[in-house]
Amino acid sequence: MDLNELSLAVEQGKGKKVKELVNQAVAEGMSVKTILDEGLIRAMGIVGEKFRLNQVYVPEMLVAARAMSMGLSILEPLLTSSGVQPLGVVVIGTVKGDLHDIGKNLVAMMMKGMGATVYDLGIDVPDRTFVERAEEVNADIVCISALLTTTMPAIGDVIKEFEKTQNRKKFYIMVGGAPVSQSFADEVGADAYTSNASDAADVAKAYLNAIVR
Amino acid sequence: MKKVFKSLAYESVDDFIYGSCPNPVTCKNGLVIGGGEIYPEVNFTLPPMNATKETLPEAINIYRDMIEGVLKKARELHAPGLVIELETLPQYTENPQWGIDLHKVVRDCMFESEAKYGLKSVMRMTPNDIREMSRPPVMRSGKYWEEMVRIFEGTAQDGADILSIESTGGKEINDEAIMNADLRTSIFALGCLASRDMEWLWKQLSGIADKYGAISGGDSACGFANTAMVLAEQGYIPKIYAAVMRVITAPRTLVAIENGAIGPGKDCAYENVFLKAITGTPTSLEGKTAACAHFSPIGNIAAAVADLWSNESVQQVKLLSGFAPTVSTEQLIYDCRLMNIAAKKGHALLFRDLLVESDCYFDPQAYVLRPDVVFEISKAIVSEETPFLRTLKAARVTLAILRRAVDSGELVLDAREAKWIDILDSQIEDIPEDEEAFIAEMKEEADETKYSPSEYGI
Repeated sequence: MDLNELSLAVEQGKGKKVKELVNQAVAEGMSVKTILDEGLIRAMGIVGEKFRLNQVYVPEMLVAARAMSMGLSILEPLLTSSGVQPLGVVVIGTVKGDLHDIGKNLVAMMMKGMGATVYDLGIDVPDRTFVERAEEVNADIVCISALLTTTMPAIGDVIKEFEKTQNRKKFYIMVGGAPVSQSFADEVGADAYTSNASDAADVAKAYLNAIVR
Repeated sequence: MKKVFKSLAYESVDDFIYGSCPNPVTCKNGLVIGGGEIYPEVNFTLPPMNATKETLPEAINIYRDMIEGVLKKARELHAPGLVIELETLPQYTENPQWGIDLHKVVRDCMFESEAKYGLKSVMRMTPNDIREMSRPPVMRSGKYWEEMVRIFEGTAQDGADILSIESTGGKEINDEAIMNADLRTSIFALGCLASRDMEWLWKQLSGIADKYGAISGGDSACGFANTAMVLAEQGYIPKIYAAVMRVITAPRTLVAIENGAIGPGKDCAYENVFLKAITGTPTSLEGKTAACAHFSPIGNIAAAVADLWSNESVQQVKLLSGFAPTVSTEQLIYDCRLMNIAAKKGHALLFRDLLVESDCYFDPQAYVLRPDVVFEISKAIVSEETPFLRTLKAARVTLAILRRAVDSGELVLDAREAKWIDILDSQIEDIPEDEEAFIAEMKEEADETKYSPSEYGI
């Protein structure tokens, strides 16, 4: 089958069609990695590019992401059994005392779309929980978000928790949120700062593609 | 007793101007809001720092510096009066005594300035709605609500003039709807959930205000419509959706006035222009002079019918001229001076129309704030009787008005934007007018791990 058709169905957010086409591709004996990369992830890349070019909005990306998830639900057991690894593992959350989650959710959605496995810890996350969860799921990247000037310092507290573990260098720590800046990120020892969700996904992808597993 | 609004408070749109309204509010010190002059409303906040018990003394010193700078500037520039908004940080609401202590320091400086120099200043106290810190939120009981009551009562007792809040009932459902530009769910969140919460909440807050002689001010759907505005500004969601969101928050915020609030409405509640048209109560608004806090496509038009003119919030950071709250104060005072002198010379209507026309054709969010459009939408809102039906009607009428504006060429939208009028129309065409039937449908669709229907009495 033509994976362009699958890719287009994802782009258009046609979840049922995506499921049908993924099932068909699997039945035809196509490699699950090929279906994933050329059918699903490629489509999300196209939608992401359209977003970057101001041709579509986030709701249209979310429709595509949901369609992708429907296809992925069929592929996931096959990916595990055939030993195919995700692009990387990301843990993301909003710091303690901060209830804002829209920006964080956007970053999580974009990182899922690029093929990473994302563990979303939610909002008001205690410092220690970031560390525990990152270690538990063997994360590559930890994304920490804060939206208030008075919760922003908690980003530094989370990073200090990582520093206590001797495993700090194992995790690539990315930070963001309205009051956060590059200089603040440098000051608290983060590995990367981005000012918006698409840049966050780009930086994460570049890092994950560069690391040796 | 619940107030009922079935018609507009104005006969003519030409009377719908800044600085005055049919039902002005007189504060304890005699300052009249909406009585003919527009006054600045200044809000300020801490620079980046931890808000903890250990840093509270430092925070209090910073707040003292901020209010002293603001009051000094107001005296130097001969401000006829001003409102200070103290919007607490979540930590200062969660630990109400910290918030009460902080308020007392600021309020005492204001009392002193009035006694020594005659500068009339009014304190608007805005604690956070921390009920959402429980997930799903617990709306009508529990420790967070008790802490909120403590700070409202403590500050009202210490002289806070106006009580306000940016309440968050229904936001837990609307947050995801915003990212999906899902108008159907937003109508449920605002028309069914938020409105029920507002009725309960504002009876409580008006009761507290009455008990301590404070003014029951008003609410803001900031977490709904301003979140949409900011996301639209960043190019994440359609401006059309943000414009409709703005309008459909009006029936929800109107519930505060129905249940005891008398204004002035909150600065960030742009829906207050509809409330002013319907109830005749005064309102604060913010636009270009709030760019220190957030960008917006409504910098001038927001001032068109404002009774207080606000900076939203600014951090205590040093700029070339001085600290940012003092800078904001100067900017607001000059804005108000110009508007007041125009009104004094009989040009308020012309000035209003200049503010309107300079913005209204560039963005649907500005277009819906045109006074004639506000009247058209407000009439549609009061033609219905319940918050749900008013919300649904507001959405439908707004989409029709925006379609008409685009078709006539008055409002220019780019291609990716224009198609959203049809998309949003189709999202809501099947919503039944029977609220119970709609709630039953939405209870099937909405994620019950995120909200508790029983907290809203549904």
